[in-house]
Amino acid sequence: MIQGIGYKLERVFKNLLIHLFLISVAITCVFPLLWMLGSALKTQQTVFSDMSIIPSNPLWSNFYHAWTKGGFGIYFLNSIIYTVTVVFGIVIVSSLAAFAFSRLKFPGKNIIFYMFLAAMMIPLPGSFVPLYVLMTKLHLVNTRIGYILCMINVGLSFSIYLLKTFFDRIPTVLEDAARIDGCSKLGIWWNVALPLAKPAVAVIIIFNSLNVWNEYILATLIFSSKSLMPLQRGLMIFQGTHITQYPLLMAAITITVLPIILIYLLMQKYIIKGITAGAVVG
Amino acid sequence: MNSFYGKFRPFFMLSSYAVFLSIFLVSCAPQEKAQQADALTIWHWMSDRENAFLELAKRYEVETGIKINFELYAPSDAYTQKIRAAAQTNTLPDVFGILAEKRDFASFINAGHIYNLTEDMDKDDSNWKKKLFYKAVAVNMFMEGNSFDVEPGIYGVPIDVTNIQMLYNKDLLDQAGWDPDNPPRTWDQFLEANRLLKEKGIPGLVSGWGEIWMIDCLASNYAFNIMGEDKVLDTIRGKVPYTDPGWIKLFDLFRQTRDEGLLVRGIVTMVNKTAEQLFANNRAAFAFNGSWCVNVYNGMNPDLDYGAMLPPKVSDNFPMMIWGGAGSSFMVNNKSRNIERAVEFLKWFTDEPQQVFLAKETKNLPSNRHSLKDIPEVLSQFADDMDNATHPSVWGVSEFPIVIEKFNKGIQSIIIGEKTPEELAYEVQAAKEKEMERAEMFRLRRQKE
Amino acid sequence: MKSKSALENYLFVLPAVLIFSIFYIYPFYKVFTLSLCQWDGIAHFNFTKNFVGFRNFKELLLEDKIWWQAMGQAGYITLIALTFQNALALALAWACDRDIKGGNIYRVIFYLPPVLSEVVVGLVWRWIYDGNYGLLNYWLQNIGLAHLVRDWLSDPKTALICVAVIHCWKGFGWGFIIFLAGLQTIPRQLYEAARVDGANSWQTFKKLTVPLMVPVFILVSILTILGTMQVFVLILSMTGGGPGYHTEVPVTRILASMVGSSRFGYACSQGIIFGAILLIISFIQIRLSKYMRQE
Repeated sequence: MIQGIGYKLERVFKNLLIHLFLISVAITCVFPLLWMLGSALKTQQTVFSDMSIIPSNPLWSNFYHAWTKGGFGIYFLNSIIYTVTVVFGIVIVSSLAAFAFSRLKFPGKNIIFYMFLAAMMIPLPGSFVPLYVLMTKLHLVNTRIGYILCMINVGLSFSIYLLKTFFDRIPTVLEDAARIDGCSKLGIWWNVALPLAKPAVAVIIIFNSLNVWNEYILATLIFSSKSLMPLQRGLMIFQGTHITQYPLLMAAITITVLPIILIYLLMQKYIIKGITAGAVVG
Repeated sequence: MNSFYGKFRPFFMLSSYAVFLSIFLVSCAPQEKAQQADALTIWHWMSDRENAFLELAKRYEVETGIKINFELYAPSDAYTQKIRAAAQTNTLPDVFGILAEKRDFASFINAGHIYNLTEDMDKDDSNWKKKLFYKAVAVNMFMEGNSFDVEPGIYGVPIDVTNIQMLYNKDLLDQAGWDPDNPPRTWDQFLEANRLLKEKGIPGLVSGWGEIWMIDCLASNYAFNIMGEDKVLDTIRGKVPYTDPGWIKLFDLFRQTRDEGLLVRGIVTMVNKTAEQLFANNRAAFAFNGSWCVNVYNGMNPDLDYGAMLPPKVSDNFPMMIWGGAGSSFMVNNKSRNIERAVEFLKWFTDEPQQVFLAKETKNLPSNRHSLKDIPEVLSQFADDMDNATHPSVWGVSEFPIVIEKFNKGIQSIIIGEKTPEELAYEVQAAKEKEMERAEMFRLRRQKE
Repeated sequence: MKSKSALENYLFVLPAVLIFSIFYIYPFYKVFTLSLCQWDGIAHFNFTKNFVGFRNFKELLLEDKIWWQAMGQAGYITLIALTFQNALALALAWACDRDIKGGNIYRVIFYLPPVLSEVVVGLVWRWIYDGNYGLLNYWLQNIGLAHLVRDWLSDPKTALICVAVIHCWKGFGWGFIIFLAGLQTIPRQLYEAARVDGANSWQTFKKLTVPLMVPVFILVSILTILGTMQVFVLILSMTGGGPGYHTEVPVTRILASMVGSSRFGYACSQGIIFGAILLIISFIQIRLSKYMRQE
């Protein structure tokens, strides 16, 4: 009896410690967000002198002004288009390739895979200019397709590597079963590999959508027409060479951050307990 | 299998709709209306002035029927990359600015991208040139025998003027017991004032010295004051070493600022925007900043009571010089099909009415010397000191970037107490000698070919 | 039969290889040729005229002391990230993996730092570290540790560590997600079996979790090294590489060569050497992991 109670107390105590740990880390993560929200509601004069989290006269109009002044309508739409197409493209292209690297045999497989790996490891800070020249020659400058293809390339190596790692861990039993049932290679990819690697696919979606959503250097380089620019371009309006309009900037950034958090909320549900749970028994 | 598909289905359906919609939008994106033959495209990075520019573009269209497309690319490093990339593919716009040193400016000219404006400037008895501040034009000029092998002439049009000076906070000086209308004019007075401030716990000088060009600016000003223009330029030419006592005296000034504790904490990694915040919020008595600060301070604290002054001189042998000249300039693309139109527009842009408008809207000094009415008082203090202005772009020689980097980062080291003035002098001189060797080697190699 | 199957398999990787060759291989080839030249990035480029052979590489490897200092400093940050950041991420992932109340909320919160824009991160952390009015100093003074108050970002002894802390704070969210995904794909049956066998949490962790997570560990550690060695936006916004050269890293040096000194060819050679070093480190890691798995 006493042992039982002791065991329970120990569990409660351990849980408490864990929660304390989690909460303290969580506070450091939430703090900048709160500061950002608070600053979005202040004025240029009080943004650094007013120390309260929520000012006494919150200026909700800042959000409206940020949207209109920053011309957010079209930029927002563009960012959504780019993020959706690029992420979709990356998921399809990289999962096909990762599946092949993990399960299929063909000559030169290792070399090509290491090539992708190496790309991840060799950053090219000087590559923007040659890339631009190439895009001009291909008439892809100032086009949506050009930017989308570029961004797909940016996320390929990491996605392929991640997916391959996860595909490798899937037991081959399920695949063999599917093949016996008469599934084609493509069918195995679609029906077996992808679903089982859902957590990994979710990670890739989260990761790449953040990258595309926040990207601005390549966008500035490739696009000249305002109607093609993504959201980050709108943010730049508030960051002048000399004057930064902090409250409007913070309001604009808040607007920018919301969709990404939304995507994450949707996707992180898929990082759930393994679906193999039921399948491997017996 | 079925249950998986079932679970996945709504997400899959939704995302495929989104994808198809996007692809549809992508392929049916409205084609950009073909640029009208007589419309001008202008690329710039000045987000603060975008609205003023757009307003002027509208006015120009009403007056002449020619459409002007101002395109903004910010921040400035993204802008620089875009300009260089466009230069490589010959897709530069009709008018653009070059955010770079004279050396890169020369490179653009020699690569044939910049139109030579000398003729247009000299037309009608130099009508256009005379309207603008000489020092602003000088920044865009290349003289006879310049070290960049550029054909002498004027290659850019200044659209505003700035200079960089010291600011002083009248309220804080008053609190420390110093006459606020008589700011320190000599170095000794400056040290004295700072001692009084320190007693009251008021921080002294703030500036964005995390951005090393700002250190370069102040150091250069004092170098001119201590040694005079000729000796400084001779050092750049390699004829005088950096171990000369004049330079060591300059480095020693920074050591003094450290020993006296008159610098705001964290100054060596501070960005200018933070420095501006501090000064605007009455948290430092002195600042070292450019004339654009008037607009910035006004936005943060309209009640700030301050004035502008030359950096307190340390020697009477030579005048105290400040950096000043063109703030931003526009160049005409030599390969544009609208060169004449572009030149006409720039003439209009730098004409009095437009410059007065710009000065009022953006609170920057105009480049047109007849447009100084309607500017705030502190700004006119900046304008008054233009006579003492100089700028690296007009010296005709430029120092090796590596040497400049060592020089400025070395001063940072002096301020944090890591190096002595003598040590730095020897280090900079060593770097200079190495660079000169390398340049010589490259020159000899070129001659052989 | 076999060749037809191989051809089919090629189709799987074709789209990836196609996009990759156009958008990576070609620029890489260009960067490589540029590294053999002296070019300022603006003038007309003529390969034969600007060719200088391996001189850029020689200068970089033998004479550029600052480059190697920058590499060392980036390596220092990376070491901190590998240990501190990843241990934190793993601990958090493990804590959230158990059926914990509010686990979902924590998951969202821990992902916030990577999502926050650089601008906000820069402003907030500069405020925390500020020498005059910063939160950290304020807090230290209030709890009686006033002697620790200093100019965090300007003091050569602390500047690098402070930047490393921000980087870890911003980065642990990624490790957290990947570790969580890895932990959650371990079949629950195995844990059940272990409990039935009488193993306590530590034993379960050591004998069951760790071996199954090894490939994920390797993945995260490679990604950490690659991501951290390439840090630069953070450095530029916090310290600009200063004071002096104390927080310079390889990418800030490359930018300085490219834009500051207009030595495009030299910058390309820096980029290539940098990439080569990262490549070697990653391959050593992969080899090591294969070796460990065979044991």
